[in-house]
Amino acid sequence: MAMTEGMTTENPQFHSLQRSAHHDRQINLNDTERWISGLAGGALAFYGLRHGGWTGLLIAFAGGSLIYRGATGHCDIYAALGLNSAEGKRPGASVQHGQGIRIEKSVTISKPASELYQFWRNVENLPRLMTHLESVRRIDDRRSHWVAKAPAGMTVEWDAEIINEKENELIAWQSLAGAQIPNAGSVRFEQAPNGRGTRVKVALNYEPPAGKLGSLLAKLFGEEPEQQVAEDLRHFKQFMEAGEMPTTAGQPSGRSATSGSRK
Amino acid sequence: MKAVCWYGKGDVRVMNVPDPKIINPHDAIIRITTTAICGSDLHLYNGYIPTMEDGDILGHEFMGEVVETGREVSRLKKGDRVVVPFTIACGGCFFCHKQLWSLCDNTNPNARMLEKVYGFSGSGLFGYSHLYGGYAGGQAEYVRVPFADVGPIKIPEGLSDEQVLFLSDIFPTGYMAAENCQIEPGDTVAIWGCGPVGQFAIKSAWLLGAGRVIAIDEVPERLRMAATEGKAETISFSEADVFEQLKEMTGGRGPDACIDAVGLEAHGTSADALYDRAKAAVFLATDRPTVLRQVISACRKGGTVSIPGVYGGLLDKIPFGAAFAKGLTFRMGQTHVHRYLAPLLERIQKGEIDPSFVITHRLPLQDAPYGYRIFRDKQDNCIKIVLKP
Repeated sequence: MAMTEGMTTENPQFHSLQRSAHHDRQINLNDTERWISGLAGGALAFYGLRHGGWTGLLIAFAGGSLIYRGATGHCDIYAALGLNSAEGKRPGASVQHGQGIRIEKSVTISKPASELYQFWRNVENLPRLMTHLESVRRIDDRRSHWVAKAPAGMTVEWDAEIINEKENELIAWQSLAGAQIPNAGSVRFEQAPNGRGTRVKVALNYEPPAGKLGSLLAKLFGEEPEQQVAEDLRHFKQFMEAGEMPTTAGQPSGRSATSGSRK
Repeated sequence: MKAVCWYGKGDVRVMNVPDPKIINPHDAIIRITTTAICGSDLHLYNGYIPTMEDGDILGHEFMGEVVETGREVSRLKKGDRVVVPFTIACGGCFFCHKQLWSLCDNTNPNARMLEKVYGFSGSGLFGYSHLYGGYAGGQAEYVRVPFADVGPIKIPEGLSDEQVLFLSDIFPTGYMAAENCQIEPGDTVAIWGCGPVGQFAIKSAWLLGAGRVIAIDEVPERLRMAATEGKAETISFSEADVFEQLKEMTGGRGPDACIDAVGLEAHGTSADALYDRAKAAVFLATDRPTVLRQVISACRKGGTVSIPGVYGGLLDKIPFGAAFAKGLTFRMGQTHVHRYLAPLLERIQKGEIDPSFVITHRLPLQDAPYGYRIFRDKQDNCIKIVLKP
């Protein structure tokens, strides 16, 4: 239930738990999430009614619940889970405790930790590995500006700061106030026994737009953040071990044929 | 350029497609001088391998001349004559360092797909479905070869294409199958399947010190090649009870090692073979492991089962209890071709083996669809077809 390992030790503020004890029928959704709920609910209801039959009815019912959720600002599921996206943010915390999505992935790379650390510490390298990033620009030694691709051709931007680091072992960062998607993360480099390379462990916390519902919808539409992190780490490994990321994009096939025969 | 493209079960076509280009810094472009149809291409042709897409370029046994290199290729240069391994390896990962080249971590761009099926992904392969990376194959006039400094081997002058082409797959595959048998002097090695890989396994078993080699098939010309070229004793499975005959031939003990050079599309007339056909027909099983059952039953106690034949999915009614009771050792997998290139080229140069003995047909690339047909139907005594672009 804590933030990334690297941060909990250095930032006790993340430990504090702020959760109101009386939710019942109160508003527990923030404005963005209410809007998205309403719009998505409308779309689902419309689709469900057009689809017809029992399946359509179920979909329409789910859509109706989302519209209700958006209109009232109350979510029974959040209430049952003790979640609340309407509460104000504590200053200093990039991701409210207990509210974000947490992802952990690791990979073993046949290179010394120092080499991997150096590559990662130069944050401007990261868009080469992480296909969802458009750019990372260094502001100073600890701060950087990030631009990520978002669905429908939009972008999301934020400033991040390195809040903890140990040479060749750990880098931890968090987004600064004003981030559209508050996030925090860490990467650890652990030497595997007997010269078997380095285990790279990434932990990420972020608060998806429109809360957990938003991340559920993102999953439905194929944006799987956990898989994304796994692929980014795979790219890191390919880049460091093989010197390039393999691809077949741009190679010929019969799909681009001008003519042919099947004698 | 012209390329042999897959369009579904039993449908390959020669198409005019764009020439390949350098995409990554370690790529090379090869102008193909000779290529071949492999028995494992028939698994694609017969629709057994999922994730093929209409228009995919086939072919993983090829050689030719380097015509272009990426900016980070240092070992190859324009004009070099090379044979290219069918497995693509990066040279920098744990598995490449251990010489387990076909298990390379980094060359399958679709590793994620294969991980969903098998838990882990092996290397990318040329022309062998999108599960294995979707790399365009070499039954074409040109091909793009990734990691060109790691795979291709330069061929010295004085050797013909036909002598060295099979270094790309079937010679190392047959050789690794025999090596996996851990042959001790005097051992009896039994080999199921006298297709090209089986033929090379027979020759390799002798090279590695076998005392006796027994070959099993039912196609007369293949058994004949095993006997004349391979100097093997032969059993036709349609005329004999293989288990009983092997037991008899080995004085009741069974062969020391058994090689399954058939794989997932075994033919057979026994009750279990009919059962496999029925199950596969209604998608209750994916593979037809008749031969695998036989090798497990026939192998002597404490012996080794070596499997170069390809299996793809879930196998039914495997006598694992017998395998356990007999303390068998199993060795299998895609060939680590890179490991065998130099030593086997040396054997060819010394004249210990001339791999061109398996070739029965030489066709222009344009006739590939005909070639696939006669190879599948074993018409016209077809054992191995080479194609000339």
